[in-house]
This record gives sequence, structure tokens and C-alpha cells, in this order.
Amino acid sequence: MAARKTTAKAKPNVSAEELLGYYKDMLLIRRFEEKAGQLYGMGLIGGFCHLYIGQEAVVVGLEAAAKPGDKRITSYRDHGHMLACGMDPKGVMAELTGREGGYSKGKGGSMHMFSKEKDFYGGHGIVAAQVPLGAGLAFSDKYKGNDNVTFIYFGDGAANQGQVYETYNMAEIWDLPAIFVIENNQYAMGTSTKRSTRSPSYWERGAAYGIEGEEVDGMDVLAVKDAGDRAVAYCRAGKGPYILEIKTYRYRGHSMSDPAKYRTRDEVQKMREERDAIEMIRQLLLTGDHATEDDLKAVDKEVKDIVNESAEFAKESPEPALEELWTDIYADEVPQETA
Amino acid sequence: MATEILMPALSPTMEEGTLAKWLVKEGDTVSSGDILAEIETDKATMEFEAVDEGTIGKILVAEGTEGVKVNSPIAVLLEEGEDASAVEDAAPAGGGGDEAKPAADEPRGKAPEKAPARVAEEEPTPKSKASPDWPEGTEMVTQTVREALRDAMSEEMRRDESVFIMGEEVAEYNGAYKITQGMLDEFGARRVIDTPITEHGFAGIGVGAAFGGLRPIVEFMTFNFAMQAIDQIINSAAKTLYMSGGQMGAPMVFRGPNGAAARVGAQHSQDYAAWYASIPGLKVVMPYSASDAKGLMKTAIRDPNPVIFLENEILYGKSFEVPKLDDFTVPFGKARIWREGSDVTIVSWGIGMTYALEAAGKLAADGIEAEVIDLRTLRPCDYETVLASVMKTNRCVLVEEGFPVASFSDHMASTIMQRAFDYLDAPVVTCTGKDVPMPYAANLEKLALVTTDEVVEAVRSVTYK
Ligand SMILES: Cc1ncc(C[n+]2csc(CCOP(=O)(O)OP(=O)(O)O)c2C)c(N)n1
Ligand SMILES: [Mg+2]
Repeated sequence: MAARKTTAKAKPNVSAEELLGYYKDMLLIRRFEEKAGQLYGMGLIGGFCHLYIGQEAVVVGLEAAAKPGDKRITSYRDHGHMLACGMDPKGVMAELTGREGGYSKGKGGSMHMFSKEKDFYGGHGIVAAQVPLGAGLAFSDKYKGNDNVTFIYFGDGAANQGQVYETYNMAEIWDLPAIFVIENNQYAMGTSTKRSTRSPSYWERGAAYGIEGEEVDGMDVLAVKDAGDRAVAYCRAGKGPYILEIKTYRYRGHSMSDPAKYRTRDEVQKMREERDAIEMIRQLLLTGDHATEDDLKAVDKEVKDIVNESAEFAKESPEPALEELWTDIYADEVPQETA
Repeated sequence: MATEILMPALSPTMEEGTLAKWLVKEGDTVSSGDILAEIETDKATMEFEAVDEGTIGKILVAEGTEGVKVNSPIAVLLEEGEDASAVEDAAPAGGGGDEAKPAADEPRGKAPEKAPARVAEEEPTPKSKASPDWPEGTEMVTQTVREALRDAMSEEMRRDESVFIMGEEVAEYNGAYKITQGMLDEFGARRVIDTPITEHGFAGIGVGAAFGGLRPIVEFMTFNFAMQAIDQIINSAAKTLYMSGGQMGAPMVFRGPNGAAARVGAQHSQDYAAWYASIPGLKVVMPYSASDAKGLMKTAIRDPNPVIFLENEILYGKSFEVPKLDDFTVPFGKARIWREGSDVTIVSWGIGMTYALEAAGKLAADGIEAEVIDLRTLRPCDYETVLASVMKTNRCVLVEEGFPVASFSDHMASTIMQRAFDYLDAPVVTCTGKDVPMPYAANLEKLALVTTDEVVEAVRSVTYK
């Protein structure tokens, strides 16, 4: 077991273009989520809505390590993953409002969206259910003999579910090209990791199954990208699964209805002020003379426009036709006769 | 004494097999664990090991013999000091050995005895069991279902030290739906226990704790997540009493919100009433009002069986009158008649009552008097009250939010058909959720749920009005 722990800061030997790309992608997620929060407040989005604000560097860094054909699957906290893998913000937002133009025609909602085209396999509401599903996707690629990998995202809370460990074992004995991405944002709803485990270094649990892994600073998109590159190279080479435990933080409540009394405002403020991933890249861009304030303003505007457009689309798109109630239940569209 | 080696049963379904090969010969000494022979069963070729030590005195069935019956002698084993002459004392092949073990050869097709009737003949005319749950003149307080549930659990925890509650976010967060508000403060972390997100694990631990003499209340954040734990609920909690011949069971409560909330999509909206109601060994409670939530929860905690207590997120905030009594309980298996009427019987339970009562109000405005019955518990189920009512009104409409196929309404309709067929003036109609996973879109979600209008429509169709 040769797992290692990365603490070294990634060197900014990255191009201005690349940095600007990360900046824009992360900003898009943040602004999109802020807008979603507003639309929720206006009653345009209903049910559960879990925002990704604070965790943007995780998906943006890992998507930078992916190639076409790679797959991804995650939980209900999925908006960021969809935007990062190139899904259309309009279609995502319209799904949030439950409209015809949404990725699931309005039938899935915030927690359940999918895109075959972008190899995004959801959007799952049952904590940790996506973990074996993701390993199944990896199995399918291995079976077909290609070199695709699957990113399987799950939370620190999910990491305690039994099916995760059943999956680890099989993924390792079958050398599945699966990257287990534990988004450790330190809380599962109101339960801090301190209260849910005495083995808080989640990636190390892989050792029990012979799986390699590492811990990654999830507030540093460059470190995430680096770790992603290592994981991907390992998996693509046919060496089996790899675990990335990405230390991150969610700024908002668990969902829109969470009063978040289990942590102090100071704790959140401190993260936002000292560790914010977007701010870090912004500073790198400015101090490294990669971009001017004006350049960044232009990006901000561009992002804002995309988000506003998606919100407009999500409001304008009609509700699904009533007949949609009865479609998509069976693949062959033969509904079961009931009464 | 020489002992017979018998043809072994090497699979659960094996009745006979082929003695494919002997790996020992007469005169060989064998010790326990030595492979004696290879035997072909209906599924595979198996090695057959010696259990005792001794000398093979005689081989009774030659290798290659097919159709050797399980438990018939195939060889004779001599103990130390015995010689071959002892073999004569042993039963010869195909002789008395078979008779010595008659059970094994009994043909399986023999007509089984008829299962005895479970209860004495049903009463020919069912009588309603419904009766007031508290004495007239009792002082009432207004409470939400949420408060009533918390009070019931707290009262029982004060009363019985072996009762404790565990689940996700039940303690420090005061419950994801605030049902356990304040309970950590009162009872402490020993009895109000936060679990990690590990439903299958903590459900099993709850069942084990119940085996161990405690009275666990296991909260599922919602019953959708109990599907992660359903094996422990069904295979362990529900069946152990039976499997242990009555020695031990799981006196405990599995509780949490069940069914659709609002806009939470297909994986968070299922009504599991029919699933659990189909399991012998479970009791299934699904209250509508706050007084029932309270009285039934107290009964559930005291019940010596595993109880599935199905709450509803939308009802949590609804207020009702609750009797102010020191120890108020509601028995299982007793329906409540919310409204008397002579034109039609509307039967429902849980959130379904909302539609039933609303429909009855609308119908009354048009001169149709519906009798509205709240089953309150599905297992045990108060068939008598329903049948007595149907015999009076001659019509029945059932209302629930669950899926239509194999619904509890179907079960009740079939019971009515079997026991009150001659009284029916119209087919029994079921109003259920639609046969689709719950959609997220607001307009589709409304369609997927059962509606008051559908109930009104159903009543009109059976009353021909
Ligand atoms: C099996 C199951 N149990 C409980 C829930 C309710 N629930 C939804 S999210 C959540 C917390 C999950 O925390 P974590 O895995 O850390 O992910 P995060 O929300 O932090 O992204 C819980 C308990 C659920 N959806 N599924
Ligand atoms: Mg978390």
C-alpha cells in the first residue's frame, strides 16, 4: 500500500489561459448556485435544493483531468458537476424549475438530472447509492476494453455507508477504472465528521482493501487538478481504482431549509475569507500578471450573462405537457394496465 | 458395534444420488475426514467424508449405482477389534435399513394436512369496533402532529428506562423534521443517539438491542431510506419471533415520515404502507390526527412486536385536538369513524384522510352523506368496522396515496368482496396515487397524487348521483 498524502502547494506553472479557464468555470458554478438560491426563495424551485457554493474547485479541477468518454456520477448536490462537465446551464436551471426545457423534462428536479451526451450519470438521492453505480460504469468500460475512467463523487457522510466498502472490495479485486472522489466538506447535514467517525482520514480506509489514494486540498483547484491527473493516469493504466479524499467546505446550509446551527458563522466566514478557491485563483491571475482587473470584470460579466440567460430560460420554459406523467416509465413505452 | 455408513444428503433438495466412485475398499482403515466416496447429487459431484474412524468392513452399494436413496446404508464400518464377522450383524443392503429410516423415503407428493383455520369462524355480521377514544368531557389541547409524537415518545421514555431513540440527526440537530425537539436535552446522549448515515447498520443494531431486552425507537429520516435497511426490518425484526418458536422477538418501533412531501422527486416520495402491511410479524400504524399519532405511538412503544410507524411530513404541522390525559393510548386494530353517513363508506388512513374528509364535505353540500372511516392501523386492521359500514351504505370508496398495483386498498376491496359481496350495490372503487414514479414538476406532481376531486368523482360513480 503506497498511499501518499499531498501537502505541497501546486506550483503555478500553469498557463494564463488555463488559470482563466478555472476561474471562469468556478465562477459560473458560484453565480449559478446563487441564482438558484434566489429562484428557490421566489418559489420557482421547490423541494430539496443543495447548493455547491464553496466546493467549486473540486469538480473544476477534476474535470480538467478528464477526457471525453470519461464518466461521472454523484449525489443530489449535483449542479456543479453538471456545469463543470459542460452541460448547458439553461437545461440545468430549467430542470430546477421543473420545466420542459430541463435535462429530465422537469421530471427529475434538482437531485435527479442526467446527460448521456456528457456522460453524466446523475444526480442520486439516496446517500451512497451512486458509489456502486459508479463502479458499475467503470466495470462497463473495463469490459468493453477502452481506457475511460469514472469519477464517483460522494460525501463524507456517504463514506460511512456499507455499500461503499462492498464496492471498494470489488473495484479492487476487479481492477476497475474507478476514481472514488470523497468530497469531504466536513459535514453530513448537521453531523460533523468528528461526530460520525473515529477514522476521519477517509482515503486511508482504502488501504484495508488495497486501494491507493491520497488527501487533496480541495480549496486549491491546481492541487485538485494535479491529484486528478495522478488518479487518472493510474486508472487508465489499468492498475485499478484510486481514492481522492478532497478536503472542501460548503458555505451554505445542507439544503435550503437548513438553519445550520451546528457550526458557527465565524467558522464559515474564516473559510470564505482565507481559503476561498475562486479568490485564490483570482489572486494568482492578478499577482502573476496573467490578467488585469478589467479582464476579470469581463469574465464576471460573461458569467453573469450566462446565468441570467439560464434563469430567464428556466422561467420561460413551459411546464411539461400533462402526458409526460405517463412517459418514460418503461423503455418500450408500454404502460402497465392498472384499472 | 459395526455401524452403517448411510447415503448422505448433500444438497437441500437431494432425495437420491449416484454412488459414482468408492475411494476406499474393504479392509481399509479410515479416520474422520477421510474421503470415502464421490457422490453425484442432483446438482454436483460431491466428496463424501468419513465421520467416524474404523475399518471398512463391507461395501454394500457398488460404485456406479444410480438412484441410491438418501439414508440407505452404503457400507459398514467396523470398530477397532471387530472383524468382518461383525458385518453379518449389520443390516444387509436394501434390507431393514430402509425401514429404519422411513421418513426419508416418504414421497413428497403426499397430500399435506390442511392448515388449521387461524381463528374461529368469522362472525356472520361484523360489528363496528369504533368507539370514542376518550371519555366525554375530557379537557382538550390543540397540538400539532409533530408535538404529539414528541410528547408520546418522551412520556414513554420517562416511563420506561429501556426505551431509547436513535437515528440520523435525532439528537443534536433535534431531528431533521424536528420530531425529537428537546429530547436530547431531557434524556441525554445515552438515550437520544445520533447515528452516522448507515441505515442498514443501525436498523440491525436496533433489532439486536431489542433482542437484548431494550425497546428501541429507530427513526428513519424518511422511510425512503429504510429501503437501505429493509432486510433487517423484514428478515430480522419481523421473522425472528416465529423462527425462534416464540423465544425472542424485536419489540421496537421503526418510525419516520412516509410518502410524498412536496416536490422532492421520485426517490423521496414513496408511500410504503402496502409493502410493510404485507409482512406477517410487523404491525403497521399510519395515523392521521395528532391524538392518534400520540395514542398510537405510545401503544407502539409498549407493543411487544416490531411496529412500523408511518408518519407524514405534510401532516407534521397540522393541528388537532388532543385529550389532556395522563396516560392516553389508542389501541391497535380499532378504526375511527370521523363522520357518519348512509350513502357511501369512504375508507382511508394517514394523509389519505385529508382527501376523504374534504371529499365528504363537498359531497354533503350536494346531499350525499358519506361515512368516513380512518383505519389508523393497517396491521392489525379493523375489518369489522369497515364491513359493518359497507353493509349499511352498500358502497365503498378507498383512498390512499400509494401506488395502485397491489395497494392496501386492493386488499381491503378484496376483503369486502369476499365478506360483503351480497351487500354491494356498486363495485368497490380505489383512489390511489398514479402508477408512475413521482415527478418533480409541480403540475405533474399534482396529477400523480390522489386528489379530492377524484374521490368525489369515485363516490358519484358508485352512488350513481
Ligand atoms: C440513504 C439515505 N439516508 C439519509 C438521507 C438523507 N440525507 C440526505 S443528504 C444527507 C447528508 C449527506 O452528507 P454527505 O454525504 O457528507 O454529503 P454532503 O451533503 O455534505 O454533500 C442525508 C443524511 C438520504 N438521502 N439517503
Ligand atoms: Mg459532507
